[in-house]
This record gives sequence, C-alpha cells and structure tokens, in this order.
Amino acid sequence: MSLFKYESELREPLVKGSKSYHQITEDLVAPIEVKPGKLWYIGFFIALCLLLFGVISVYTEVVYGIGQWNLNKTVGWGWDITNFVWWVGIGHAGTLISAILLLFRQGWRTGVNRAAEAMTIFAVMCAGQFPIFHMGRVWDGFFVMPYPNTRGPLWPNFDSPLLWDVFAISTYFTVSVLFWYTGLLPDFATVRDRAKTKLRKLLYGIASFGWTGSTKHWQRHEALSLVLAGLATPLVLSVHTIVSFDFATSVIPGWHTTIFPPYFVAGAVFSGFAMVNSLLLIVRKMMNLQQYITIGHIEAMNKVIVLTGSIVGVAYLSELFIAWYSGNRYEAYAFFYSRADLFSPLGWSYWGMIAFNVLSPQIFWFRKMRRNLFVTFFMSIIVNIGMWFERFVIIVTSIYRDYVPSAWTVYYHPTIWEMGFYIGTFGLFFTCFFLFSKYFPVIAIAEIKSIAKTSGDNHKWAVAPVETKEPEVFAHEYAH
Amino acid sequence: MAKKKFVVASFDDEANLFPAVEKTRKAGYKIHDVYTPFPMHGLDHVMGLRETSLHTAGFIYGILGTCTALGCMSWIFVSDWPQIYDGKPHFALPAFIPITFELTVLFAAVGMVYTFCWLCQLAPFVKKHIFHPRQTDDIFVMAVECTAQTDVAELERFFDDKGTVSVEIQEAEAGWWWGRFDKEQQIINENAVEVL
Repeated sequence: MSLFKYESELREPLVKGSKSYHQITEDLVAPIEVKPGKLWYIGFFIALCLLLFGVISVYTEVVYGIGQWNLNKTVGWGWDITNFVWWVGIGHAGTLISAILLLFRQGWRTGVNRAAEAMTIFAVMCAGQFPIFHMGRVWDGFFVMPYPNTRGPLWPNFDSPLLWDVFAISTYFTVSVLFWYTGLLPDFATVRDRAKTKLRKLLYGIASFGWTGSTKHWQRHEALSLVLAGLATPLVLSVHTIVSFDFATSVIPGWHTTIFPPYFVAGAVFSGFAMVNSLLLIVRKMMNLQQYITIGHIEAMNKVIVLTGSIVGVAYLSELFIAWYSGNRYEAYAFFYSRADLFSPLGWSYWGMIAFNVLSPQIFWFRKMRRNLFVTFFMSIIVNIGMWFERFVIIVTSIYRDYVPSAWTVYYHPTIWEMGFYIGTFGLFFTCFFLFSKYFPVIAIAEIKSIAKTSGDNHKWAVAPVETKEPEVFAHEYAH
Repeated sequence: MAKKKFVVASFDDEANLFPAVEKTRKAGYKIHDVYTPFPMHGLDHVMGLRETSLHTAGFIYGILGTCTALGCMSWIFVSDWPQIYDGKPHFALPAFIPITFELTVLFAAVGMVYTFCWLCQLAPFVKKHIFHPRQTDDIFVMAVECTAQTDVAELERFFDDKGTVSVEIQEAEAGWWWGRFDKEQQIINENAVEVL
C-alpha cells in the first residue's frame, strides 16, 4: 500500500461503490457496447432536425447576404456576434477542467474532463461558424490567412484584434483536439481489446493508433499531458482575453474598457461550467454513470459557478462605478441610460442579465442547494440564458444609440434566419455530443483507474488506521 | 524486425508488480516491456528507464513558433508591405504579441504530439503484439525477452513466488507493423528465430 499516496477519509470518494479495475472498465465501456436507448434516438433525431434548420438559415444568408439578419449600419453586430461570444465562452470550461485543474492536482476532474473537453471542442466549432458567415462573402473567407498571394501580395492586418481572434480560436481548437485525442488513445485501446465484433475491432484499432500501454509510452504520455496542460492554461485565458479585445480596443462607449479581459474570462468559465453541469446531469442519468459523476463532482462545479458569477457581478458594478467616476458623458449615457435604465428600449436585457448572472447563482452558497440536482439543472440553464443576455447587452446596447442621433435605431430585432442560425448551432452541438456519448468513452477510463485506489469508496477504509496514528509517525511513514 | 521469444508474466495487483519487476531486473533478465492499463507512477524508475526529453522538444518547437510569428510579421509589416494602421509604427511589437503567443503554443503543442506519436510509433493502422487481451483492462503484464543465454524453464520457475496470475511463453513480433486489429494475431512458431 505504500505505493499510493493516501487521501483522507474526510474527503468524499470520487468513485462510489466497490469497484475493481475490471468493474470500472465494464461500467465505462458499457454505453459503447450496448444499443442506445430510446431517449438517445429521440434526442439525436431532434438535434439533426435543428441542424437542418440551421443549414437552411445559413443557406439563405449566403445567398441573400447578411441583410437577411436585419443588421443595419448602426447595429452591425447583433445576434450573430452575441452567439459567437456565447459559444466561445462555453468552450472555456473543458480546457479549464482538463488543464488548470490538472496542474492544481484536483482529483475530481478525472470524472468530468473527457465530456467537458468534448463539449469545448463542439462549442468552439459552433462559435467559429458565426464570424465566418458574418463575413458575408464567405467564399472569400480564406483571405484572413497570411500566405503569399496574387493580390499584391496583400497581407491581413496583424495589428487588428479581429485577426488575433482568428489565430486565437484556431489555435485553441487545434490544441484542445490534440489534448483530447491523446487522452483518448488508451481508452480506445481498452475498447478495442474488449471488442467482440470485427467492425468495432477494426475502427477502434485504427482510432487507438496501436496503443499497448507500454511503460515508456505512459511515461511520455504523462509528460505530454502535463506540458499540454501547461500550454493550454495560458491559452484558455488568452482566448477570451483576445475576444474581449475585439470590443475593448475600440472607442465605443460601453466597449472601451480595460476591465474586459478578466471580466470576459470569468464570464466564460461561469457559462462553461453551467453548460458542463447541464450536459453531465443528462449524461449520468442516460448512461448510468452516477457512481463516477457523483454529487460531489456536481457540487464542486457549483462552487466554481458561484465564485465566477460573483466575479462577474463585481465587474458589472465596477463598470457602473467607472462610468460615473470618469465623468465622461458618453460613457454615462451608455451605462445609465442604454443599460441600467429599465425603461429604456433595451433596459430589460440588462436587468435580466443582473438577475440571472449575479443574483440567482447566490443560491449556491447553501450546501443543500449545491447538492440538489434539480436546482443545479435549473440554474445551469438560467446561467446560460443570463450569459447570453450579457453578451447581448455588451454588444447591442452599446451601439444602438451612437454619437449621431439621426443614426439611432431601436428597431433592431433578429429575423427568423438569424435565430435559425443560432438554433442550427444547437443542432450541430447536440448532434456531435450525442455521437460522442455513443461512440466514445465518456469518462476517462485510465484516469479513473489511476485514482480508484486513493479516492475509491472501497479503499477509504485503508486510510482509517493510518489516520489515527501519531502525527510524527504519519508524517514519517505515510505522508508523501 | 524479427520474431522473438518472450516469457510473459501477468499480475492482477500492482502491489505485486513492482517488487517482481525489481527482482527480475536484479536477476539480470532482459525486460522487454511492462504493459499497464493506466500510468503507474514510479514504474519507469523501477525499470531503469531514463526520463523522457519530450519537454525539451516542446520547448524547441515553442521557440520555433515564436521566431516564425515575430519574424514573419516584422518582415511583412516593415519591409514587404509597410503600411500604417491605427497610427501604430510599422514594427508594432505590443500588437504582435497575441499572435506570437498563439503561434508559440500552436507549434509547441502540434510538434510535441507528432514527436510523441513518432517516438511511441503510434499512428492509424499501426499494429503491435498484444501480450494479454486484458493488458488495457485490469492486468499488468511483464514481458521478458528470452536471449541466447536465458534458461526459459528457470525463468518460468523464477515467477512462481512473485504473485503472478499466469506465466506463459509467447513468440511474437517485437516491433510494430502495418496491420489491423480485426485480423488474427500472428504468433506463428515456424518463423520464429531459433533460440539456442
């Protein structure tokens, strides 16, 4: 037993039930090996329908131009960019869980990291659609790539935050996929070696890249994961920082704010964890994974939600304070009239944001609420609606009344095609997620095994006699 | 690549694996590899493997990314197509930092993953011999290579008191080959190298 570092009995077990290594494999590979239930088919069909609607909406936009979205000269960024920022924000939780919590040695990440990373990848895929189709002439989209061309060569503007965004999001997507896939290799090998059918052996054989579990490979795998986590940690912070630069480097009152980078990152983590909660509550129920994604996991995520929600709340207050303290009339108009005045045309969105993002998550100060699945699920939806409001508030309320009153427009409202595009990305997201939950190990099997003997239910008893020893003896013989 | 003969000892408890590996090594046998379903910390030290240099490779790739980004942007904006944007100077270093950072991370990550796959010979359609069908499930497998000096029977007896669940002799390809996992494994005796 001296091989393992002990974990106190006071800590909740991360794997419930008395699990042997083989039992863990059985439990976690089971969803891949059996036919999915009726719920899965229904969900998948709905997701496909939404996706189809999205494809039709995008088709209309490509054919007729972005006038189809009701954007005008004053409100040039409407739902589309709101949705982009919203999805990118959601895409932050996965890498935060897998990278930052890995560096902080948080054991509970093992139960949720795989699904959260998948969610990240799908969310970034959805996010990417919006700026691409917002270009209007989407067939010229490759102009953002810096390559020697016949147009001069004419290069993109490297000083522009919009180009930084292109680099940030494509790098983030690539690194997330690599991180996710290298983690999947050993688990694909597990599925491959258990496979009964030839097709499954073939496909998982290809996907596992011939992984055997050699010690040297594990050693390199560990080194790779750690360095990738180290790289992904500043990366995840940089992505939403750069998204916030799209606004902060402009001179629009309401956007021109130095507080944006940390405020955006906190908001991103906030909405990302809410989305992870929504998905995991469904997944653990649908696939009987309650013993691996425990109430303790859900509670840990709710703690992150109340923390980041409060950070976001402080950011809202700071913005109001600075709008007053700066003495800048334009700034004050943007904040106190366009936003905080409930009776201004879009005031409802500001107060919706405050209610959903700042006030309602405070319920998670209570342990009972953090551990209540219904409250958690309800709140995860509320938080995501609130975060959508936040992006809408930032984008639209700052621009619909600009410096020239003749250009004011309160008549911006999205068309069915702009909404359809948003709905379509839900279709894309859930189509991918349903396929993932059927064909991929939703929980990192190898990682669960590596914590099974320190944090598993049936191994906690081993700790009790050790913990009662004298502190000196404990420190000398057992502490790591 | 040639086929080799292995004595394959399987364990179901890692607490037995560590001392067994240590004793096998001390006894002078040639450990081909130890296969585990999940990373065993410290096993590489017990086996006497050296630390991996993958970190260093990652650092070099990262520096390469930094230089590529800074070099390209500076050349483009200072010499190839100088233009003034936003009242910034041609060589606007602060504005170059975000892209430089992203490319550093991108080069380091992509380079390291490729290097990892190269070093471990991992790729689609790569096939390797699986010594025990449950080595990716719950069995810890130590494969000891039989060289010309190895007394196979003695080696088998050596494992008697080491807490194994099974000890068997296999003749198999030691390296990797292009193949598929749905095809039968090739453990064919007649092609095996003669062990004296």
